[in-house]
Amino acid sequence: MESNTQKLIHSFGALADLGQEVADTGDFMEMVRTSLHLLLGTLAIRRGAIIECPTHHLPEDKSTNLLAVWGVGDDYQPQFDVEDADREVFLNAPDGALDILGLVQSPTSNLQHEVSTGSGSDRVEETSRTTPESSPIFFHRYATDLQQQGIELIVPMVVRGELTGLVLLGGKASGDAFTADDLEVIKSMVRHIGVGIHTHRLLGEVKQQVVENRRLYEDLRAIYRDTVRAFAAAIDIKDKYTQGHSERVGKYSEIIARELGFGEEEIEGMAIAGYLHDVGKLVVERDIINAPYRIDAKQSSELNRHPVAGFEILSPIHHPYADIPLMAKYHHERMDGRGYPDGLTDEQIPLGAKIVTLADSFDAMTTNRPYKTRRTFDEVIIDLRLNTGSQFDPVVVVAFCRALMKELNGEIKERRFAKMLGKNYLEASKDIPLLTQLLAELDPNTKTVAAGG
Amino acid sequence: MADFKSNVRSHTVGTTAVVYASDYLNKLTGERIERECKKQLDSGARALVIDFSDTELVNSIGISILLGIIDIAEKSGALVVFSDVNNETVQLFEMLGLTRHVVLAKDEEEALTTLSSSSKAMGH
Ligand SMILES: [Fe+2]
Repeated sequence: MESNTQKLIHSFGALADLGQEVADTGDFMEMVRTSLHLLLGTLAIRRGAIIECPTHHLPEDKSTNLLAVWGVGDDYQPQFDVEDADREVFLNAPDGALDILGLVQSPTSNLQHEVSTGSGSDRVEETSRTTPESSPIFFHRYATDLQQQGIELIVPMVVRGELTGLVLLGGKASGDAFTADDLEVIKSMVRHIGVGIHTHRLLGEVKQQVVENRRLYEDLRAIYRDTVRAFAAAIDIKDKYTQGHSERVGKYSEIIARELGFGEEEIEGMAIAGYLHDVGKLVVERDIINAPYRIDAKQSSELNRHPVAGFEILSPIHHPYADIPLMAKYHHERMDGRGYPDGLTDEQIPLGAKIVTLADSFDAMTTNRPYKTRRTFDEVIIDLRLNTGSQFDPVVVVAFCRALMKELNGEIKERRFAKMLGKNYLEASKDIPLLTQLLAELDPNTKTVAAGG
Repeated sequence: MADFKSNVRSHTVGTTAVVYASDYLNKLTGERIERECKKQLDSGARALVIDFSDTELVNSIGISILLGIIDIAEKSGALVVFSDVNNETVQLFEMLGLTRHVVLAKDEEEALTTLSSSSKAMGH
């Protein structure tokens, strides 16, 4: 086979492998090492290194990062400082590569001439013509050392006008000088490698951004939750007979949402909705809220303002969860349309609001109020049976009863209800049959059974 | 002596280490072959035989690995013989200048004979 053809085939094979290697998103360091071998092996270059340059937007960080090295022995770990002036030199490297030997042997070159003949008074003109000779910091520092290590060529890796890295190359095994064709092959492969490194870097930055955003978001959510708790405490302090009401409604809402199979975010949102459902009471007269008697019609209409007032308070706030203001607005709506403020019916009422409604009513029934003591569990069951379908959504009631059942029969170990209702309120032996009966009546799956009763 | 830990097959004959290139050579795993050669040289080997009897072809990575081996061998003054290299690969080695740094042998036996006669000639 003709030698040139064989050379071409060999180079093409390496380029194809390199393309695949760079596109592979596996182990980055392995990608770079393999790329270096492919580059060296293509022209049988005896030694080399791939070095990453610090990004330009971190001016305080000047030192390079060694990514891969081959053929220079174990103890040589090239590491450099790249000054801004050096960066210019690399970005403007003639033919895309810098010949160390040439630079060391002839520190003044014809490029010097070019600068002196240019319009020296124009600063922009001058910088754009920066040459190794006009700012030779890098070469002053490292050229001799590099030469001793057998490095002959520095190929800057430029991706989108940015200096991504440097490829250091030794001489060819044949002992011949690099030809123009060789340089083309090298530059093309270095571009490939540069893109790989650049992409990896971008991915890293994006990943870090995601982590930071996540952290920021978590912080904001924590602040939000604290604020919500403070709000809930403020609401409950105003209503001295129902202390802890908002918090309990939040917890019951959370339990129901979980039982309904909501996602973690939605469950959290439901807890928040529960905490805030009565926030409108902050603007209702304290005397009405705390009246130790049944309030009259006028007072009642004043009190009934609280869902809309709550909606108005909550609407301007940007909540990390959906529909919090609506759940406050509609927590006194009823399935049969006899609720307030809008008299919505069944499907018009958001499910979240329906959950809060039941949580709210259950807590109202099971805590002592100024005008009445709390109901027994039997009485609560009777109320639920009576009002499901008219006031409460059966789907929500079923979920609530199931969650309660799971605690009573020990399926869920955490005493979520007992903590809120007090130790002796629930009694498994008595309450399980009551719940079983109610569930049989309400659960659509067992509707045929319930039809008789 | 076979070294199972590195998965690189090798053995020694006197002060010569015979290392089998196999298919490892053409991947990053080829660096293990270089490590093995270095280990052999560090423990006193004066010559390396790289055997290519199981190597169908050598790609760019393989070339780079082999140059690394040539490099460490030259640094420790050891001779390198490539044995049982197929025709295509010989052409490639010639084209790239590797043959300037190594001796080619028909097979392992010839490689060992060459080395023993050259060491006699050099007065070892
Ligand atoms: Fe309310």
